[in-house]
Formats: sequence, structure tokens, C-alpha cells
Amino acid sequence: MTALSPPEPLLADARRIVRRGRALSIIAAIGIAGVYVLALRFTPEEARQGLAQKIFYLHVPAAWDALLAFSLVGIVSALYLWLADPRLDCFAEASAEVGVAFSAVMLTTGPIWAKPIWGTWWTWDARLTLTLFLFFLFVGYLSLRAALHDPEERARFSAVVGILGLLLVPFIHLSVYLFRTLHPQPVVLKPSAPSLPSEMLRTLLISALCFLLLYVGLVTMRYGLGLALRAREATDAG
Amino acid sequence: MGSALRLALVIAAKDVRAELRSRTALISALVFATLVLVIFFFARDPGAVATIDLAPSVLWITFAFAAIVALNRAFHVEREHGALDGLLLAPVPREALFLGKFLANVAFVSVVEAVALPLFVLFFNVGLAGALLPLAGVIALATIGFVAVGTVFSAMAVRTRFAELMLPVLLLPFMAPPLIAAVQATARLLAARPLSEVAGWLRLLALYDVVFVTLSTLLFPAIVDE
Repeated sequence: MTALSPPEPLLADARRIVRRGRALSIIAAIGIAGVYVLALRFTPEEARQGLAQKIFYLHVPAAWDALLAFSLVGIVSALYLWLADPRLDCFAEASAEVGVAFSAVMLTTGPIWAKPIWGTWWTWDARLTLTLFLFFLFVGYLSLRAALHDPEERARFSAVVGILGLLLVPFIHLSVYLFRTLHPQPVVLKPSAPSLPSEMLRTLLISALCFLLLYVGLVTMRYGLGLALRAREATDAG
Repeated sequence: MGSALRLALVIAAKDVRAELRSRTALISALVFATLVLVIFFFARDPGAVATIDLAPSVLWITFAFAAIVALNRAFHVEREHGALDGLLLAPVPREALFLGKFLANVAFVSVVEAVALPLFVLFFNVGLAGALLPLAGVIALATIGFVAVGTVFSAMAVRTRFAELMLPVLLLPFMAPPLIAAVQATARLLAARPLSEVAGWLRLLALYDVVFVTLSTLLFPAIVDE
């Protein structure tokens, strides 16, 4: 018995998407290298924190993208339960995996900054705890996916977790906030105008743009791989 | 709606009856909860940490573990001999099926809690005094919330490999808000603080229940319908 290979047009599509994602990711990586230079050489040093503050230009964009990745998983999960389009599931999977990577960047750069500034690697501050839980949610979501074989069942189950997870975030935030908080207050995403010197804001926004591009690039690549994998599964099953 | 509720009660009654006939799961869960309480008593330096400082956390860790153990078996019994397929073939709305399983799980966990609470008072020498009624309220609110989400996850976890591990990995982050609120409220109630100090935590618990019981009811059909 010979194994059937997936129909060529589907695979060609997937390959094209992966190539496009790879190109975007490479551009983003070059951009992030540029951000290092910009942050270290051409952005003023923060008066009290000194060099330690430079990590902010990586930490904050990574955190924004992790939140973006997770919100998109939740929203796309809801759309999947409504439309049942396997491409939506494929996107949610890609976004969750890339989100784990960004959360990991956020959770490692945070303590490196916190040690010299707060004097401790880790503290149970409201936003730290929230991001830790986000990471756990992502990991749980991906473990569930890994433990299910049937693609359709996997898509439905993980969509349910994605939706519940999105609704859990405000509750975790509220409960750990009521517990206590000490994280620096927001300096950009807040109701009044950003309270950051304009050169620092410029570096931060350029970095955020590069990180966003990296998110899009990686998700596109992973999405293409997911499509190829699904084509394969469909051929094996049929 | 009235008939859906009646169907839910029929399903819950079926589960309770099955549990009362075998009793093995319930007795094991009770023994488990008691053991956790006993182990926790020794998991501290008696010279340095007074039991009362640890009491609220011990109570809620015990309840959380007991709930996970209970939820792990909730859909296992339905999987054996294809019982769930039979239930799904019956002309019962999926929402009623969820509510039935949910109520049965709440009943199961409540029995364990009702037995563990007096043991906790006894072992940890806690004075409940006038706090019993408000504490019962906190326990009910917290239990309803995490058992609702847990019922959905339990139905998912039985379909996976390592179901016993999958359920806590998925459920514990969802247990965090009710557990944080419940521990804080319990600590204040045990310290005989005025009720107004726990009002905020109670509101959080109630809001969690409303959101997650509703969501779980709406999302459950996506788990069982193929």
C-alpha cells in the first residue's frame, strides 16, 4: 500500500505562505537588531534606572504582542465555533504558539530588569501574576491540543478553552490587583498622554512595530505549516 | 426553560443515585480530603507558624484538590460502556445535560466540603462562632464557579490521554480567582472581621459565577456534539 501524498495545489499554497512568513520574520529580526543599536546608542539613558531601563524596549513590545496573540486566540476561537472554518483553528494554533514565545520573552526580561531595580527577581505584583497566568493558559491550551488526535475535535475543544481563557483574564487581573500591586504604572497605554520623553517613546514605538512584524511573520509561517499539516491529515484520513 | 431544568434535575438525580449505590468514589474523596487536612497540619514548623495563620489556605487547597479529584471521575463513568452516547441520543437539550452534570458535581463536592469543614475546625482548632453562615456562603459561591468550568474541562479531559493530568493543568488557572477571593474572605471571617470587609470578595465571587456558569452552559454543547 502506498501512502497518498496531499494534493499538490494545497501544498503549494502552504509553501507560499510559509515563504512569505519567513521573509517577514527575517525583516523583523533585522529591525529588532536595529532597535538594539537605536536603544543603546541613540536613546538617552534614564536618569535613575540607568542602563537597566534599556530592557524596557524589548520587554514592553513583547508583552503587548503576547496580549495581542492571546486576545486573537480568544476572538478567533469564538469565530471558529460560529463558522467552523478549519483555517480559523489553524490561525488560533499559530497565534497561541507564537504567544507562548513572546510570553517567555516577557517573563525572562522582566526579572532581569527587576533584580537591579526592585531588588528581587520576582514579586507577586498584579501584572506579573497576570502574565504568568497568561503563560500557563497558553501552555494548557497547547497541551490540550497536543493530547487530542481528531482534528475537528481538537479545534472545537481548544476553541472552548480559548474563549473561556479570554474571559478569565479580567478576573485574574481583578483578584490579584485586589491582593496587592507594585508594578510601574502604564506610561504609554493610559487615558492621558504618554508620560515618556519623546526619544524614548520613539524607540519604544519603533521596537513595537518590529515586534509586531515579527509576530505577523512567525504566525504566518506557523499558519502555513499548519495548513500543510492539515492537508496531510486529511489525505491520511481519506 | 422549566422543562429543561426538570431534565437537568433528572440527570443530576441519576448521578447522585449512582454515586449513593456504589459509594466508592464518594468515600475515597472523603478519605482523600481528610488526609490532605492531616498532612497539611504537619507541613509547617509548629514553633514558628500558628495553625490559624495557615488555616484559610489549608481549607481551600483541600477543597480545590478534592474538587479536582471529584471532577476527574465525573465523565469517566459516562465514558464506560458508552453511557454518554446513550445520554446524547436522548431527546435532552445539551444545556440541560450540562446543568444536570454540573448540579451532580456541585452536590458531590458539597458533600466532601460539608464533611471536611467540621474536621478542619476540629484539627485546626478554629473558632467559627458567628462566621458559619457567611463562610457557608463563601464556600457555595466559590464552589459553584470552579465546578462549572471544571465540568466543561472534565468532559474534554476524558477524551485525551493523561486525562488526570490534563484536567488540573487546564483548571487550576481558572480556579485562581475564586480561590484567591475565597481565601481572603475566609481569613477575614475566621478573624471575626465585620462582613463589610468581605463584601468586595463576595461580589467578585458572584460575578465569576454568573459569567462562568453562563459561558459553560453555552459552550458545553460544542464539547459533546460531533
